[in-house]
This record gives sequence, C-alpha cells and structure tokens, in this order.
Amino acid sequence: MVDVFRALDDETRRIVLDELSVRDGQTLFEICSMLAIRHGLSLTRQAISQHLGVLESAGLVVTERRGRSKFHYFNPEPLSGITGRWPSRKRTEK
Amino acid sequence: MAQQKEDRKMKIALTSLFVDDQRAALAFYTDVLGFRKHHDIPLGDDFWLTVVSPEVPDGPELLLEPAGHPAVKPYRDALVEDGIPLAQFAVENLEAEHKRLTSKGVVFTQPPIDIGAAVVAVFDDTCGNLIQLIEEKPETNDVGVH
Repeated sequence: MVDVFRALDDETRRIVLDELSVRDGQTLFEICSMLAIRHGLSLTRQAISQHLGVLESAGLVVTERRGRSKFHYFNPEPLSGITGRWPSRKRTEK
Repeated sequence: MAQQKEDRKMKIALTSLFVDDQRAALAFYTDVLGFRKHHDIPLGDDFWLTVVSPEVPDGPELLLEPAGHPAVKPYRDALVEDGIPLAQFAVENLEAEHKRLTSKGVVFTQPPIDIGAAVVAVFDDTCGNLIQLIEEKPETNDVGVH
C-alpha cells in the first residue's frame, strides 16, 4: 500500500497513468513521445523508464511482451485498497 | 560561415538498416512496402542491396545491410524492446497505409496517433527493425481551437 501512495506522489507518474488509461499497452518510446508532445515534459528516456519501474513495483503498471517489444498496461487494482480503507459514505448531519 | 554556403551543401544520398536476411528484406521492402530495387550487387557472401522510393527514384537510397556483426543483435534487441524505430518513412495517408499493411500481416507496435502536426505509427519490418510512418499535415494558420 505504501508503494501505491509513493508511486502516485509524482505528477509525471500520474500523467503516465492518465496516458495509459487513454490508450493502454504502450512501448517506452510511445510513452516518451506522448509525455513530450502532449504534456511538454522533456524527460530523458532513462528517467521515464525509472518512473515506470516505480509504477510497476507498486503494481499500477504491468508489462507484457508481444513479439520482441515490451508494452505497458495500467492496472487500477491496487487503487481499490484506497477506497477500501476510506470507503465513501454520505456525511450524516447530527 | 556565410561564405561557405552554396558550394558546400551535403545531401543524404544513402542511409542503411541492418536486416536479418537480405533476400527476405528485399521481398518485404519491395512487395509489401512498395519500394523499388536499385542496386543488387554481389559482394563476398552478401550483396550491396539498395532500394529507393518509386516516387523519388533519384532520391536517397536505403541500404539493406547484413546484420552479421555481433554488435547488431544486442543493439537492435534493446531498441525494439523499448519500441524505438530506426527509420521514418513518409506517407500520404497513414490511416489507409495502416489498413493496407495490417491486411498484409504487418504488425504495428503503435497504431496511427495524432501528434498535432502529424500522424505517426510504428511497425515491425520483419527484418529486425521498427519503422515509423509519418503523415505530415498540411500547414495551416487556422488554429480553430477556441
């Protein structure tokens, strides 16, 4: 759970999840292009690769090999731990 | 700098891609992609094998170079794993080209995506490389985003 909060505590990583939820299954090259073109983020490939590593170790991103390339997918499952811990309920006035 | 201009212009006459098998590569680059064979000259065990675009037969040649050097495999494996293309070809209509190539069994690692000034896609050339296709949009001053 701690990993999930740490992974989300970064604007770049949140944008990576935004992009993957728009189009799931992207290569590192595509993610770098999207961050540069759509968000003006000129990070190095290595930096983005490290961000993906943090998201992957938190379980928010899973990778799959197809052919000789590696694709990244958004996995929202760990987020349910947050709503499970603080379930939303109607505020009751006394 | 200024005095060096006209007489010192360089042109890109040839660039190269490593290919696993030169004959298979020639078939793919001509039959599937639509390039035209330009040179096919025996050179030791291999060939000096180049293709050109039929639209620009005098334009840049693409050398389909044997991938035998031991450095080629790790170099290309690492790039393909990360989805990084090694060349870019321009097309008129990327959506149509994507459809045409997909129907011929070509695998795209990135479908056509609008990046503003252009639409781009990436496919596997079956010879060990990823190639980017680009359709540049005509320049327009009409921003139209208000």
